[in-house]
Amino acid sequence: MSTTIEPRSAATADRGGAPSEIVRVHVPQRSFASELRAIKIVWKRELIRYRSDRIRIATTLVQPLLFLFVLGSGLQTLSAASTHGVDLKTFIYPGILCISVMFTAMFSAASIVWDREFGFLREMMVAPVRRSSIVIGKCLGGATVASFQGVIVLCLAGLVHVPYAPTLILGVFALQVLLAFAITAFGVMVAARITQMQSFMGVMQMVVMPMFFISGALFPVSGLPGWLAVLNRLDPLTYAVDPMRRLVFSHLHISPIARHILDPGVTWWSWHVPALLEAGIVVALGLVMLAIAIWEFSATD
Amino acid sequence: MSRSAAEAPEQHRAAPASNPAIVVRGLEKSFGEVRAVRGVDFEVETGEVFGFLGPNGAGKTTTINMCCTLTTPSGGTATVAGHDVVRERDDVRRNIGLVFQETTLDGYLTAEQNLRLHAELYGVQSSLVQARMRQVMEMVGLWERKDSPVRTFSGGMKRRLEIARGLMHSPRVLFLDEPTIGLDPQTRRSIWDYIRTLKESEEITIFMTTHYMDEAEWCDRIAIMDQGVIVALDSPAALKAQVGADRIRIETDDDEAAIAALLERFEIEAVISEGAVTFRIPSGEAFVPRLFEQLGVPIRSVSVSRPTLDDVFMSHTGSSIRDVEESGSSDRNKIMMQVMSGGGRR
Ligand SMILES: Nc1ncnc2c1ncn2[C@@H]1O[C@H](COP(=O)(O)OP(=O)(O)O)[C@@H](O)[C@H]1O
Ligand SMILES: [Mg+2]
Repeated sequence: MSTTIEPRSAATADRGGAPSEIVRVHVPQRSFASELRAIKIVWKRELIRYRSDRIRIATTLVQPLLFLFVLGSGLQTLSAASTHGVDLKTFIYPGILCISVMFTAMFSAASIVWDREFGFLREMMVAPVRRSSIVIGKCLGGATVASFQGVIVLCLAGLVHVPYAPTLILGVFALQVLLAFAITAFGVMVAARITQMQSFMGVMQMVVMPMFFISGALFPVSGLPGWLAVLNRLDPLTYAVDPMRRLVFSHLHISPIARHILDPGVTWWSWHVPALLEAGIVVALGLVMLAIAIWEFSATD
Repeated sequence: MSRSAAEAPEQHRAAPASNPAIVVRGLEKSFGEVRAVRGVDFEVETGEVFGFLGPNGAGKTTTINMCCTLTTPSGGTATVAGHDVVRERDDVRRNIGLVFQETTLDGYLTAEQNLRLHAELYGVQSSLVQARMRQVMEMVGLWERKDSPVRTFSGGMKRRLEIARGLMHSPRVLFLDEPTIGLDPQTRRSIWDYIRTLKESEEITIFMTTHYMDEAEWCDRIAIMDQGVIVALDSPAALKAQVGADRIRIETDDDEAAIAALLERFEIEAVISEGAVTFRIPSGEAFVPRLFEQLGVPIRSVSVSRPTLDDVFMSHTGSSIRDVEESGSSDRNKIMMQVMSGGGRR
């Protein structure tokens, strides 16, 4: 039935030299494999779109340079004394990596708002696949694109005196993938509710900017005023920046006092939170937001 | 066609031809206070081109959305290709193709990428994708443009590409919601050529909506919808025959005398409309010879026109479809602006 080929009258077949048989295809029943395929397709589309968007690629390249060298070099002149000989650019490097990944992930998630506006979301929503596959594909796609950004920043490590040690590179890479995933999941969750691009961007800025400033991306997390310390510990980004900084500092040759001041590690009531737990927090938050996003998209018509 | 079908070994043929492709019973949809669809019943035969005709806001899109599982009905049932739209949603989706009122293409991808993505999403056998893609794109005359990004396409090209995409997975039923809205007359005409070609070349049932009266004529059968209910359902010819009377316009040397004579000799009430004496009568052409013989007022010209679907709409609703459109014109302008701004931004 699926490959029935029937001869057709010349009148309809000759249009534009078309082959004279109808190619009849068949849509299989839904299965686990078809869901995996759907995830792959949605993921692949994100990558194709990213590749064809030159402005976005350019932003990807320029933005971290700006942050790192303009912000880093500028502030260095102020703070030379208190960084105990450590280049400020080295200190803020993990934070800059995180913010670059976050911005990219945010824009990736925004694509779901564009898709709705331009109708393409509908094309995906009516396909014989689960909504969850579409949402997962979107999150993975956004996370992949955001991870490219992280890789670019990783490549710049040498310029700010961060050594290219395999464990450091691998560790930071893994952490930024988790962060990229969590932020994309957050964005997709927001996009399920907020259908206007401007409102979406507004909400994202409102969340992402404070998250960035509070996280300790730009300052050490010990000896903060009480209110800021509390906010800092509540900020999910803290748990992405801190393990990255620990990884970077463990590969630096610096004085113990500098290490103690600049890389104190996150504490809960003076208990040092292990890096693995911190990474776990990021993953758990990402998964929770993914689950909410799936639930929200499945509930809509 | 029937000969070759009879000769072919057809044990696997799914359904006898009499099996309706769509069966709708008492279908309803309310959006809060708004009762968009108020209990409609109809059947669409396999292989038919079935049209929904009605002014904007009549409930056409809502009905189509319920049939293609995009909107959950508030009441009633609908079966498409033998599957219930609520309980067997995925089976319905595997068997239908969709062309929405607004474009749903990815403008950043090429035409080919859009179609491939669709085929993959539907799980079409990869060995057949290339051949099928070529076929549907050639049918709508876009094969040469397959490598262009869709955002560079005109409105008509996008619509054609959407029809091609809707056919990629060989659906048994193709839904088209206002496939010609916002297009110029020539492009509208060509879209219709494709739809008719399609009906001949593929074994497919086509369900479409329109608010252009002239287009409904192309359908095998139409349902006229107004304010959420179907007011008439039949072939265009039969619907017009129901209205019965043709419209006759005559230009005479003395219109007043002609009107008086019509009343006296034929008991016909005529009026002057747009500078000519106008009246309605069944089988108008047969009446013309008698008119010349017996009117007694010199006639300069005669025109006989058949009832239009607008006359049908008017006879069932008491107002012309254009009047309804005018009164809801703010709504309509909004739709047009969406279409235009959507096209401009892509
Ligand atoms: N999602 C919705 N929410 C609220 N009202 C809606 C929605 N969709 C359609 N309607 C209303 O239902 C009615 C029928 O709309 P629709 O089916 O789009 O008509 P048509 O396609 O014939 O122009 C209109 O009054 C419209 O305002
Ligand atoms: Mg509509």
